[in-house]
Amino acid sequence: MNVRIIKAGVLDTLQDLGRYSWQHLGINPGGAMDKWSAQVANILVGNNRTEAVIELHYPAAELFFEEPALIAISGADFSAHINAEEIPLGQPVLINKYSILQFYGLKKGARAYLGVHGGFDIPIWLNSYSTQLKARAGGYKGRALHKEDEIPIRSIPSSLTQLLGKTEFLILPWKSDSQTGLIKEVPFFLLEGDEWNRLTNESKQKILSESFTVSPQSDRMGYRLKGSPLTTTNNTEMISSAVNCGTIQLLPDGQLIVLMADHQTTGGYPRIAHVISAHQSRLAQINAGEKIRFSFTSQQIAEELLLQQQQHLQQLQNACTFRLQEYIK
Amino acid sequence: MSSTNLSYRIFPLGDTAITIEFGSAINSSINNEVIARFQQLQQQPFRGMIEIVPAYCTLTVLYDIGKIKKEYPTGSSAFETVKKIIEERLAQPVEHINVGEHLVKIPVCYAEEFAWDIPQVAAKNNLTVEEVITLHQSIKYKVYMLGFLPGFAYMGEVDEKITMPRKTEPVPIAAGSVGIAGVQTGIYPFASPGGWQIIGRTPLKLFNVGRDEPVLLKAGDTVQFHAISIDEFHQQENDSLF
Repeated sequence: MNVRIIKAGVLDTLQDLGRYSWQHLGINPGGAMDKWSAQVANILVGNNRTEAVIELHYPAAELFFEEPALIAISGADFSAHINAEEIPLGQPVLINKYSILQFYGLKKGARAYLGVHGGFDIPIWLNSYSTQLKARAGGYKGRALHKEDEIPIRSIPSSLTQLLGKTEFLILPWKSDSQTGLIKEVPFFLLEGDEWNRLTNESKQKILSESFTVSPQSDRMGYRLKGSPLTTTNNTEMISSAVNCGTIQLLPDGQLIVLMADHQTTGGYPRIAHVISAHQSRLAQINAGEKIRFSFTSQQIAEELLLQQQQHLQQLQNACTFRLQEYIK
Repeated sequence: MSSTNLSYRIFPLGDTAITIEFGSAINSSINNEVIARFQQLQQQPFRGMIEIVPAYCTLTVLYDIGKIKKEYPTGSSAFETVKKIIEERLAQPVEHINVGEHLVKIPVCYAEEFAWDIPQVAAKNNLTVEEVITLHQSIKYKVYMLGFLPGFAYMGEVDEKITMPRKTEPVPIAAGSVGIAGVQTGIYPFASPGGWQIIGRTPLKLFNVGRDEPVLLKAGDTVQFHAISIDEFHQQENDSLF
């Protein structure tokens, strides 16, 4: 069966947790910007965390389901509606055939993730479902979703269809209450970059004491930040070297860019700092115009926070798998 | 071939990667060490290693914190554990083998309609356009690294008489465009914004999504450019999927 796009969104792509092992050929990992929420969407509908999900930006696409499906939406709150009735975020919803999924408004966050039970049945490229927009490869035909696209999804078990009967949709009674992507109060934790000490003491102080505004020139490749210009004591031109997701580079105009999921594999600007992995999903839910703050942490804490997130997801997965078993006979 | 290995510096690149720096120059012997170490780690990956990214003088290793912690529970941090593993690997000498053995011949049409910046490159270096074209083909280039775009090869070093700094602002560049930036030369696999000085275009596809190994050039390859006419360009453009 297919999900049909009846109205295109601004940038909706198939993504997973990224395409690794190919950066030596210049092919970047890509993947969901908010990997936490992408995993939650899959977990809620009983999938492996590595299944493809649709990453939606606002205004988001409108989707038509030809057959019954078990779906979950996680991440940003775009006010999801099934057949004009609001459905909850972070909770699995069993929907009947001929359902229309629409998003009514941007309430919170920047990217929503749609997971479907069984997953999207699309070809895998270099071991990943993620869309590589530059190379026009991976995902759905290597591009963002257009009107009239039909994305195949795997069918749900007949026990779920029977449960649904003639009702339009049924909200299943388990949920993820943890939308970590949406807590904005705490600063983003940083680790020092190799060129941190190129900054003047005054500029170092600015990074820790001032806030930075996410500029409208931000996208899946990187977040450009606006703040008071930073200066260095050493302007030696750098030789291109690998960069990482979360790497903060200092651009020649004294402004910062945080590299996000679609970052280039290599770069030649000073690497001032890195946003820790555990905070990258939360950063991916910040919209242009919002302000962010930074503070430093240690390698040990950064690792510990990421492990805690992985454990949390594992517990959620165990619980959801258990609950879903009651419904799938 | 060499078995004297270079000294290095090692530092974290965020919380999921570690970089080993073997020098700080665009230099073939430093880069040969990078490629040899890349091959060494590719052939004998450690548990928890995700992938390795070679560059001009650095090698970056991505790792899975959860797997490292599980496999090596005694380390104070995953970073310290990975650093130790890499230091042990680097203590084993490796030979610089296979570098430069693979020669790829690339046709380039240097005609005016493709070579948008060639008059400026010639003027800056007090040469004629013809001399720039001849000098660009006069050297067998080494592919130092891939980066920037899927399949974008950084090659060098061009004859010092045709070096040219990159543009201050990126402009839209056509797929297949051959450019110069400083001592480097490279080919854009896709249409993209870019700052390199464009001196020609190849009909070859640098990237083919249908292949198991989707890119034409790899670090360590040798590249020889040869001039073709516009007619040859259009002929080859149609049957150039490598």
